[in-house]
Amino acid sequence: MNFDFTDDQQQIRSTARELLASRSAFERVRGHAEAGTQDDALTAQLGELGWPGIAVSEAHGGQGLGMVELVILLEALGEACAAVPMRGTALAALMIEHGGSADQQTRWLPGLAAGELCGALGTMTGGAAELVPDAVGADVVVLVDPDGAATLHAAADLDIKDVAAIDPTRRYARVTGDVDGDQLPGDVDGGLRRAEVAVAAGLVGVSQRALDMTVAFVKERKQFGVPVGSFQAVGHTCAQMLFDTEGARSATLFGAWAADADPAQLPLGAAMAKASASAGGRATTASAIQLHGGIGFTWEADLHWLYKRAQLDSAFLGGPGAHRARVSALSAQRVAAAAR
Amino acid sequence: MDLTFNEIEAGFRDELRTWLQDNGPGPEPAGEDAQYAWRRDWQRQLHEGGWAGVHWPVEYGGRGATLVESAIFYEELARSGHPLPANILGLLLGGPTLMTWGTPEQKDRYLTPILSAEEIWCQGFSEPEAGSDFAAVKTRAVAQPDGSFKVTGQKVWTSGAQYSKWCMLVARTDVEAAKHKGLTYFLMDMDQPEVQVRPLKQITGEDEFNELFLEDAHIPAENVVGGVGNGWKVALTTLMNERAGLAFGLQVRLRVMIDELTQIAASNGQLEDPRIADTLGELHLRCETLRLTAYRGLTATMKYGQPGPEGSLTKWMWSQTNQLLTQFAADVVGPEALTAGTRWSYELLRARGNTIEGGTTEVLKNIVAERVLGLPKAR
Repeated sequence: MNFDFTDDQQQIRSTARELLASRSAFERVRGHAEAGTQDDALTAQLGELGWPGIAVSEAHGGQGLGMVELVILLEALGEACAAVPMRGTALAALMIEHGGSADQQTRWLPGLAAGELCGALGTMTGGAAELVPDAVGADVVVLVDPDGAATLHAAADLDIKDVAAIDPTRRYARVTGDVDGDQLPGDVDGGLRRAEVAVAAGLVGVSQRALDMTVAFVKERKQFGVPVGSFQAVGHTCAQMLFDTEGARSATLFGAWAADADPAQLPLGAAMAKASASAGGRATTASAIQLHGGIGFTWEADLHWLYKRAQLDSAFLGGPGAHRARVSALSAQRVAAAAR
Repeated sequence: MDLTFNEIEAGFRDELRTWLQDNGPGPEPAGEDAQYAWRRDWQRQLHEGGWAGVHWPVEYGGRGATLVESAIFYEELARSGHPLPANILGLLLGGPTLMTWGTPEQKDRYLTPILSAEEIWCQGFSEPEAGSDFAAVKTRAVAQPDGSFKVTGQKVWTSGAQYSKWCMLVARTDVEAAKHKGLTYFLMDMDQPEVQVRPLKQITGEDEFNELFLEDAHIPAENVVGGVGNGWKVALTTLMNERAGLAFGLQVRLRVMIDELTQIAASNGQLEDPRIADTLGELHLRCETLRLTAYRGLTATMKYGQPGPEGSLTKWMWSQTNQLLTQFAADVVGPEALTAGTRWSYELLRARGNTIEGGTTEVLKNIVAERVLGLPKAR
């Protein structure tokens, strides 16, 4: 029983965080968010580093590492709130790697893994997929319908319309057209569960950043002649933010580990990760704004990027309620099986 | 990362599981005194089997188990349904404190009878006016010409005092010194007329805790632990051990109760109600998060010698979850859960103490804010 990262994983983590701290500071994120653009230079650099393909098998041109490594990168990207579409590419690759046919894998994975192609994952309801992250500019889009079947679409066959979501650090789209698509015949569930863990990882990063910024602020900000962080009402809210962040991190690491090492536990791990990271992301970013006071509500304070991204990522692939329901159902199944 | 037990850990678990199947205290008797004697016998059995001090080093008569194996011990004990050994405070707090601060003579004298439950230990820290503000201890220990001490004062929340031979007592030896500098840690013999134990009836109706009234109680010089005036530091060793030990067994108890509620809700159709299902989902999630977070704490402790930020969260997580669970049982189980004398009603009432005992949630949040997040000292 050991939660420790390997030396290589440790290295990936520190390299990723250092790179993003220097290449994706908030001024840069703000610049892209305000201009409605994405950071193409950073995207190209991440592609060269092989980030999009970190969890893609070597046979398909990836690095052949696992969900734990992908989670490390996505947490770092969430922490930086980086304006890059890499997550969409990684999610599409997960779906194709696990759900795709050999032909589909050969056709798409090498390009996605190398960052030469971009991908996106969306969920269909009533003939359209709303607020699909990273679909604008994607080459390939995987769409999941409500009964869990997934189809693969070349972007050219789809109608992808830019939609201004409240989160301007990513580009979102309404996706319609090509009703048939190309069915993913494989383990679509396995792909989706991994995608949920991947999204949870970004939320953990967002929560961590919200906590770090808030702790730094309340140590400095003085009212009544003392740092506001010395008031228990403030300190206790910060403690709650740590509680929510670390709880979500535990669940997300478990989901990632299960994906790599014990897939039988992946359904529960993914539901736990997405439920707690979604609820945690909403709560920590809301508290961050609250504890910054009036300044936290301003455009300049940069907290709203985190808050807005947490809103979109929490809702994406099912919110906390939907995933708690899955945790509940899976646990009830386990209990019933044990009683038999 | 490997979230399974390795071969050695799995071997430890299997050996223990088999032992717990073949051994046990038998049916629980009625009455608190009889129950205590029953748990004491159970500890003797554990000791004879070599399972009493699993986390104690071999040189002190323990099993020298790793942190993970020690966690497994409490998990498996809870899973077996057998009770905790009677001298749990001696095993978890007293022994480890002596190992850190005791003289060779003290270790020699006290450790073995702790393991065998021959001598039961209790903890005399809290006072009516020194609860969360523990450094405000008023009980006075006055040095006598022969080097011994006479102690006068009042202690509260001393569980098991009526069965104890030794009390880990913190008293003030220097009234002039700053608040936490004038304290000394003693081992006090409970077996003297100057120590009066009065049961303290709690909201469950039981007398799990006591008040201690000390009137010139005698403590010989050799029963000072860690030096006169060093009581604050020694007590912190005890308190750190208190937070670390039991989380794994408590988590398994939660798991068992949540599964039971799930079964009840499934059998009477309540599971169809999305509100019930949602709370059950939340409980399963919190319970599993507690287990994972507690193990993350062990990983950090093994690597860095102390738990990371997550280590300070487990007691808070557990107590909150147990309260949510036992309150939820009132909805799922129905009238039986509110009928006096039933197990669920006991759990409901007993859980109220969880966010107070061993550090209130408010104090734990202060600790997280100050020591983990580095915020300025709370006002």
